[in-house]
Amino acid sequence: MKKEEVPQDPGSLGKVTKEVCYATDESGKYTTELSQGWEVKTGALDVAWQDIAERVAAAREKVSRREASPLLYFMELKLMDVGVLAGYTGFWKWQVRRHLRPGVFRRLSERKLRRYAEVFDVSVSDLNSLDTHEDPL
Amino acid sequence: MKIPFEHIQAAHCENGVTVSLLRNIGVQKITEPLAFGIGSGLFFTYIPLLKVNKGPAFAFRTMPGLIFKRTCRALGITVRRKKFRRKGKAQAYLNECLDAGRAVGCQVGVYYLPYFPKEYRFHFNAHNLIVYGKDNGRYLVSDPIMENPTSMSDYELERVRFARGVLSPRGQLYYPVAGKPITDDLICRGIKNGITRNIRDMLHIPGPIAGVSGIRYTGRRIKKWRDSLGLKKAGLYLAQLVRMQEEIGTGGGGFRYIYAAFLQEAYGYYPDDVLMKISLSFTRSGDLWRTAAVQAAGIYKGRLGSQADFDQVGDYLLEIADLEQQSFAALSKIIWKV
Repeated sequence: MKKEEVPQDPGSLGKVTKEVCYATDESGKYTTELSQGWEVKTGALDVAWQDIAERVAAAREKVSRREASPLLYFMELKLMDVGVLAGYTGFWKWQVRRHLRPGVFRRLSERKLRRYAEVFDVSVSDLNSLDTHEDPL
Repeated sequence: MKIPFEHIQAAHCENGVTVSLLRNIGVQKITEPLAFGIGSGLFFTYIPLLKVNKGPAFAFRTMPGLIFKRTCRALGITVRRKKFRRKGKAQAYLNECLDAGRAVGCQVGVYYLPYFPKEYRFHFNAHNLIVYGKDNGRYLVSDPIMENPTSMSDYELERVRFARGVLSPRGQLYYPVAGKPITDDLICRGIKNGITRNIRDMLHIPGPIAGVSGIRYTGRRIKKWRDSLGLKKAGLYLAQLVRMQEEIGTGGGGFRYIYAAFLQEAYGYYPDDVLMKISLSFTRSGDLWRTAAVQAAGIYKGRLGSQADFDQVGDYLLEIADLEQQSFAALSKIIWKV
């Protein structure tokens, strides 16, 4: 890639920082150039976030149909999977999977719910009302 | 306490941390491309069974941590590395290091990194940054991705150091300890070993998923994605490929460009014309990765979508695999006299 070809498309990272790219100068020697971002990259990132938004919406549906506990919704919202959630809460993975069942979730103790709420940055009552205090994605 | 420290921005976090930490103990000669090359950073692998964010897992570089480790070892520099169970101990040890006037590298997860834009925050745990002091109760942080140094509160730093999930950092921190003076001879030998090791990684790992055979395998798989996954999911998978390839700072298969830069710098230490010639073909390979990304973008943005378009992406990868195979084969012909 030549120095002049380093893409300068405005993207989300461009607002915070520019990134270093290696590119060649007129004599073919490598040097660094700052890039604002690249449309192709931004596009890939957009696709990923769209997919997340769809998964969050699907999870919300599932919770309202009582096919899953509210944990599923928050898990998708925070881009977690069972392993990550288990890691942050300190539960075992099989426990988290069990807590994803609405019937089991309803009988969880206040203490356990607090552990989840803390990881998701919400209060215990928000866990049930699916209130995130965040702008929708 | 504040350690005199010069912030360096780099294309990739681990290279950047390596360069900065080495500068901090007085090793001035190691640049980012040199660190990447001596650490044999270039790689490719596709692990079909492993899923990252519900998509396929690709890597365009070696395992996190290896570049730093190998570069230091090649230069005869000892690396201290420590993991922790308890958060309190992790912080106490960090403070001790800072009191002793030592800047340290930390492995962190990016999900809770406060200065990162929201769009980039995934549960990815192999990011690296440097802590070089504490001022007004906030840790001074030099993140090689950022243009300027930043700072973090105790809680913020603890949270990212103890991120959970795959490759969880467990408070890991590391720093080099100065050893013998670094001579050109030592660097030259490091370059030789780095290239030899990279040839092994790219050409001689058995099985279809690593090195150039991994690129070929991915290329062939992509051609089947449209039928086996459906257009939507195939698009997601391609976007994932591009995102892994274009992770911050490595734009356009950027590791290939860094490697090309490395070969140019290597020429300065060991004037063999093959190095210059192969540098050109890595530039070409980086360009091809970019072209493949543009084509893939056409698919995930919905502009393209026919089987021929998928074949095209696959063919680019096959072409890259051939090119990189030739390049490394040519590098393996160099007769080193060091």
